[in-house]
Amino acid sequence: MQEKQTATAKEMAQVETIIDRILQVGVIVSAIVMLIGLVIFLVTGQSGYPGSTMPLSMGAILVGTWHLKAYAIMMLGTYCLILTPVLRVVVSIYAFYKERDHLYVAITTLVLFILLFALFIGVHGD
Amino acid sequence: MIQTALIMMGVGIFAGIAGSILGIGGGMIITPILTLGMGLNIKYAIGASIIAVIATSSGSTIAYLRDNVLNLRVAMFLEIATTTGAITGALLTGVLDPKYLYLLFGCLLVFSGWNMYRKLRRGQEVLQRVEPDRIATKLKLNGTYYDKAEMKNVDYQVENVPAGFTVMFGAGVASGLLGIGSGAFKVMAMDTFMKMPLKPSSSTSNLMMGVTAAASATVYFFNGSILPGIAVPMALGILGGAVIGSRVMQILPSRWIRIVFIPIILYIGLQMLFKGLGVHF
Repeated sequence: MQEKQTATAKEMAQVETIIDRILQVGVIVSAIVMLIGLVIFLVTGQSGYPGSTMPLSMGAILVGTWHLKAYAIMMLGTYCLILTPVLRVVVSIYAFYKERDHLYVAITTLVLFILLFALFIGVHGD
Repeated sequence: MIQTALIMMGVGIFAGIAGSILGIGGGMIITPILTLGMGLNIKYAIGASIIAVIATSSGSTIAYLRDNVLNLRVAMFLEIATTTGAITGALLTGVLDPKYLYLLFGCLLVFSGWNMYRKLRRGQEVLQRVEPDRIATKLKLNGTYYDKAEMKNVDYQVENVPAGFTVMFGAGVASGLLGIGSGAFKVMAMDTFMKMPLKPSSSTSNLMMGVTAAASATVYFFNGSILPGIAVPMALGILGGAVIGSRVMQILPSRWIRIVFIPIILYIGLQMLFKGLGVHF
């Protein structure tokens, strides 16, 4: 029992290192994108959009980013940031799978489905 | 423009440090500064504060995980309750009178503040039971964290799982319906009801807050509530602040964190009670 526990602990530590890396990369990428947008906004003094408007669809954001429009890049970075907790849930499913903890694979997958359902009614409802 | 960006970054750093130490979203700090201080429309203030919650959560959890403070199993198990609660809350908008929720949660927070005060007086952070909780053992919720202030591993047990789960569901309903208090309720459920120590409670709350907020954030994102010129410098400040705060939190004695937490939780609780009673300031 004792031996089995240490093996799991070691494995868990390994998996946590991987998760840690993925999440760090996710957060750092969104921070860098937001920062680039902010710097362009402050240097050029223009948001790239008329008045106080901003791009509100994924298409408009991507097109604006391609044209290096400040607000588009800032919105893209913000969207990446919003997705980091979702990434967290997805990666945790993998972690529990690696630990062969089926109960928690099921629990975390359920959380992901509830979250996706919420995203779905969020976009279509309200 | 540069001035606004710098102010927002400064506000962000402050909110990030405070939010990550206490395990609360920072909406409480952000919203008044934006509405009262900068005269921003409440719609944009809510949009900014939901981004603040996610930034606090993501910034601090990348620091906590490596140091083994947060409890991932507790987080995911309770996340079932908060996310379904949040959806229920969103669906109940217009059906349920928020007055009763304000009253209920106001009372719970005040009770929790009293309970934390008693814990502080007793001066004992971790209770060890002879008989471990059956449900907690089955769900493998008991954990260990390394306390940098005490320089030792602290084992702890989790109790009252059904009560904690129920409070979490209610917290989800409240934050879905009222858009408030997501962090304070979560810390309360873990610390007061499930008897978890304060540090794992607040770091686990930080992780959960981000997941719950992500669900509603997309709504605000696509309906134009998020002003990039405000939200982006603030989010960058918060990310930095949260990384600093989560480091600081680990070396702070739990006692100090509790001393800061008690007046805040009492303040939110009383504010809700007054709102529920129809008294406005």
